[in-house]
Amino acid sequence: MGPVSLLIARLYGPRGWMTLAAFALALFVVFPLCNLAIPEGNPLHLSAYWVSLVGKIMCYAIVALAMDLAWGYAGILSLGHGLFFALGGYAFGMYLMRQIGSDGQYKANMPDFMVFLDWKEFPWAWWNSDQFWWCALLVVLVPGLLAFVFGFFAFRSRIKGVYFSIITQALTYAAMLLFFRNATGFGGNNGFTDFKRILDIPVAIPSTRMALFAITAATLIGSLLLGRYIVTSKFGRILAAIRDAESRVMFCGYNPVHYKLAIWTFSAVLCGIAGALYVPQVGIINPSEMSPANSIEIAIWVAVGGRGTLVGAIVGAGLVNGAKSYFTQAFPEYWLYVLGLIFILVTLFMPKGVVGLWSQWKNRSA
Amino acid sequence: MEKPLGVETASERPSIDPAVDFARAIEHGKPDFAHGVILYLDDISVSFDGFQALNKLSLAIDVGELRCIIGPNGAGKTTMMDVITGKTRPDSGTVFFGQNIDLLKMTEPEVAHAGVGRKFQKPTIFEQHTVFENLELSMKADKRVRNTLFAKLNSEQRDRIAETLRQIRLEDAASRIAGLLSHGQKQWLEIGMLLMQEPKLLLLDEPVAGMSDDETERTAELFLALAGKRSLVVVEHDMAFVAKIARTVTVLHEGSVLAEGPMERVQNDPRVIEVYLGR
Repeated sequence: MGPVSLLIARLYGPRGWMTLAAFALALFVVFPLCNLAIPEGNPLHLSAYWVSLVGKIMCYAIVALAMDLAWGYAGILSLGHGLFFALGGYAFGMYLMRQIGSDGQYKANMPDFMVFLDWKEFPWAWWNSDQFWWCALLVVLVPGLLAFVFGFFAFRSRIKGVYFSIITQALTYAAMLLFFRNATGFGGNNGFTDFKRILDIPVAIPSTRMALFAITAATLIGSLLLGRYIVTSKFGRILAAIRDAESRVMFCGYNPVHYKLAIWTFSAVLCGIAGALYVPQVGIINPSEMSPANSIEIAIWVAVGGRGTLVGAIVGAGLVNGAKSYFTQAFPEYWLYVLGLIFILVTLFMPKGVVGLWSQWKNRSA
Repeated sequence: MEKPLGVETASERPSIDPAVDFARAIEHGKPDFAHGVILYLDDISVSFDGFQALNKLSLAIDVGELRCIIGPNGAGKTTMMDVITGKTRPDSGTVFFGQNIDLLKMTEPEVAHAGVGRKFQKPTIFEQHTVFENLELSMKADKRVRNTLFAKLNSEQRDRIAETLRQIRLEDAASRIAGLLSHGQKQWLEIGMLLMQEPKLLLLDEPVAGMSDDETERTAELFLALAGKRSLVVVEHDMAFVAKIARTVTVLHEGSVLAEGPMERVQNDPRVIEVYLGR
């Protein structure tokens, strides 16, 4: 067997690959066909609402996957992953704002909020932001560098467990306050919105939306496979060993700081990419994405789906956000109670999440 | 947070004198055992919140020696191991591995790389991994991140794991989740993990606690077979076990050495009887 076929055999069994192929077929063939080729009015037509909802949930699923790599495998519970997501979103949002050109309300060659604030030139952080490649680079670099520097000091000082979680929570809260200020240069509490174009193509037309949808689906599947490779490698086994017995790992001669830092930074970069895919599909990014509650919700997705399984993270993100979009329309005032209840029930009765329930059930019937 | 406030980490420690700096410069080289001594502890003192855990402790272990260390609870046995392996920084004193390697300037993983392996009092294994994976992860290898992302076992390494599985009598449990092993088997697995590391010096904290008589017997055989090839420091409460394997016994009491010598002499030492055996 060649190295590629070995890899294929190692990542998933035949049933796993078949499930994955079915999902890929649904996302890359059924969705575009039903949305673009089948006309409106036909019962098989998928409306733009569904495309943007599923596209959004796939972005969340990438974040959940990133969270699971850090929390489920390395035992690093971050309650600030929303920050990396938002930073990726803001980095790409800058490019989208520049693409508006002079089509804004003030017909100026600057984003509306800057005209409103009577700014004459772009703040330093906007340097080169009209270039797609530069902003795409920032999407990776900004969350990655922040995570690397923060992680370096936190892990080197051996900050662990709930202390680490609280500090990440404080970090995202501080960033939210910073981004709320107009003077920070990113549109204050309104953030970025009213996007018109991406790579000079109108962003709101069905084909662009479907292209963004397909790129998101490809990123999600790619992240899942890459994540699966990581956790099945020796590196992944060492991460899980750090989670379970860090002192033994150290006395085996591994430096846990390097391992944690690697997965933590990778996780943050994935979140940044998810944020960049999210912003053009949802059409807005503002500091509320950095609110502590948002980051806690990410942890709930993973807990609901099942920690340390990767697939569980995706399932959890889908279930919770599906329920959220239903409840916030049907009974908006009850959603937070429902979310709280889900979390309590999962913690009490499904310690291994929905995915764990499946294997429990299989064991019982076997 | 594991590190209490005010405790220096290895990298923060200022160097003490030029000779130590010189030792630092060559520490990545091989340890120098020319004088036949593998471990020197000199004048080590450690205190926790006013409690003197180690009090000017001095000790030397020869290359290939099997040394047993006994002493009542609180005598400082585990603290001594913590100091050697970089977990606890002493208030004063020096620890050298061979002639040239200053262990006090190294972090835990660096101490492990230098060739010191440690077994904890409570068996510490990777409970969610299989027995095979436990041995695989502790095997002597390049332990940097970028290597482990692409690492694959070669046949020589597989043979080594199989050999160790045989040594610790867990051949049939290779694919079992380690958390499901019996207490005695976990102790054996941890010893196996140490062997995979190929350390020059093994520190074993109560290795036969919780083992059946039969398992204890086999552990004694294993240790006696290892002595000579490797150096072993065994901390143990089980006197029958100590009597079986000991050549030289060191008795610790209140953080320093009370007596040292062959088992019979130590056992008959009136001071030892008073503080320990007599009680």
